[in-house]
Amino acid sequence: MHLLQASLYSRRSAVRTSVVAAGVVMALTACSHFGGSAPSPDIATVKASAHRLYRASVRPALVPIPVRRLQSWTLHIDTMDGRPVDAATITMNGGMPQHGHGLPTAPHVTRALGNGDHLVEGVKFNMGGWWVVRFAIASSAGTDTVTFNLSL
Amino acid sequence: MRNSEAHHSRSVGILLGLGAVVLVSSMVGTVRRQSAKWTRSELTLLGSLSIRTLEPLGDDPSNRYATDPRAAALGRRLFFDTRLSGNGKVSCATCHVAAQDFQDGKPLADGVGRTARRTMPIAGTAHSPWLFWDGRADSQWAQALGPLESAVEHGGSRTQYAHVVSEQYRGEYEAVFGALPDLTGLPRRAGPVSDTAWRASWQRMSAVRRDEISRVYANMGKAIAAYERQIEPGVSRVDRYIDAEVTGARHGPESSLTSDEEAGLRLFIGRARCVTCHNGPLLTDDHFHNTGVPLPVMALPPDSGRAAGGRKVIAAEFNCTSRYSDAGPEDCQELRFAVTEGSELVRAYKTPSLRNVAGRAPYMHAGQLASLEDVVAHYAAAPAAPFGRSELKPTGLSPNEQRQLVAFLRALTGPLVAPATYLSSPDSRP
Repeated sequence: MHLLQASLYSRRSAVRTSVVAAGVVMALTACSHFGGSAPSPDIATVKASAHRLYRASVRPALVPIPVRRLQSWTLHIDTMDGRPVDAATITMNGGMPQHGHGLPTAPHVTRALGNGDHLVEGVKFNMGGWWVVRFAIASSAGTDTVTFNLSL
Repeated sequence: MRNSEAHHSRSVGILLGLGAVVLVSSMVGTVRRQSAKWTRSELTLLGSLSIRTLEPLGDDPSNRYATDPRAAALGRRLFFDTRLSGNGKVSCATCHVAAQDFQDGKPLADGVGRTARRTMPIAGTAHSPWLFWDGRADSQWAQALGPLESAVEHGGSRTQYAHVVSEQYRGEYEAVFGALPDLTGLPRRAGPVSDTAWRASWQRMSAVRRDEISRVYANMGKAIAAYERQIEPGVSRVDRYIDAEVTGARHGPESSLTSDEEAGLRLFIGRARCVTCHNGPLLTDDHFHNTGVPLPVMALPPDSGRAAGGRKVIAAEFNCTSRYSDAGPEDCQELRFAVTEGSELVRAYKTPSLRNVAGRAPYMHAGQLASLEDVVAHYAAAPAAPFGRSELKPTGLSPNEQRQLVAFLRALTGPLVAPATYLSSPDSRP
């Protein structure tokens, strides 16, 4: 029974993340003003963390991702075996590798929404180009980081 | 039968025609025409720079009087009133000269003394989350209050200003903000200012009275903001050019760029990378950057830009979260998520809008660069910052390309948009 539920959840989760991924990729493509300037980074929105402790996905509230506007994102975190992670300490940073500067704001996770979802508020991008956002995740499963690329 | 066939044929024709109209409309509306000069992605980027994409100002949650025309009328009178100064000779309009795009054309502003910064223009600043070169204010109304109590700008104090409001503007003020507090026995000069006597006088006042006067002072700022927010940048030749290119309309004289200006625009969005920071319809990213501008020629106190401004705005007496703000707890998101620490804030200054930039020499936060030619040459060379780290990389533009870029910048000139009487003094003195 437990396995069945896990399997069902995992399938639902996979479908949901695929849809999210497709949506975000479309959004990123639609607003890719600076397509030629970024070195074609991996813009997947579902990523395994660096040491493969977590699988995480990001879902921006505003699509296409706007420039110069504060926005919130939903960060979803599962363990690699598909269990949603709710109790975690999460920090976010990022920036533009080609420009050598960080994010224009200090976004952070303001609350856990349940079922592995976490609300990230204060996200802002002040220019087009290649951005990197990085989440450090600490939970009972361990401490790890997951990195996403954006091409705005 | 033949009539029926003819009717059928007409119907099909109409349907096909409608289909074609729908198809063309859809292409114009979403895909846009393929310009002979610009790629589709370039047209999308160009479209994002047009002033016509500037979103209308919404309410300012921190200033519930922002859209009150009575507040704006009062604010206009306050803006031009030299009684709001220590020596009776300085008003907001002394440095923000209405006929000069609300700036003064000087490297450093001259109030009752000389400041350490270049006067910034006003048009369009209601859209910005941060005011001043270092963003130490987070609203137009908070910004307006800074110079009034600066020892080198207006050089006055808030009890003095409360007396001026009481004696000169009581009716207009009370119609908007309600009854003024009782000013009986209030010192003529007192406030949390650098003048030690006025400061001591302020400290001797009761906390309740200080709060009452500070509220009058905040309301003065809110009235000035209600006036200032109605001053917006208008349409330039570049906007008309972009609109015509994006929609496929035929260019007229008002929407044409010379070959140099057009080449300059191509550099602006391309190799010169100006659009990286000068983006959106106001041509600013509303953020702060160290661009390695040289030290001012004249000796000035150390100026760390946003590094200090970020700390100041968080602690500011009149910020969005202050007791004098009308904002709710969820309304101050820019302040809540502001970056206030980090080496990249050192000597970082706000990206200025480039609208009407040609009429605003000299340039940079202390007027260090005399001309647009000097500015473009600075970006071409990208020298190391005097302190902090410059984000610039040399544009590598040739002298001819630099000339083209300057030609484009000059085409960003347009009128200010405001109620007709708002661009001149109300001559409030009897």
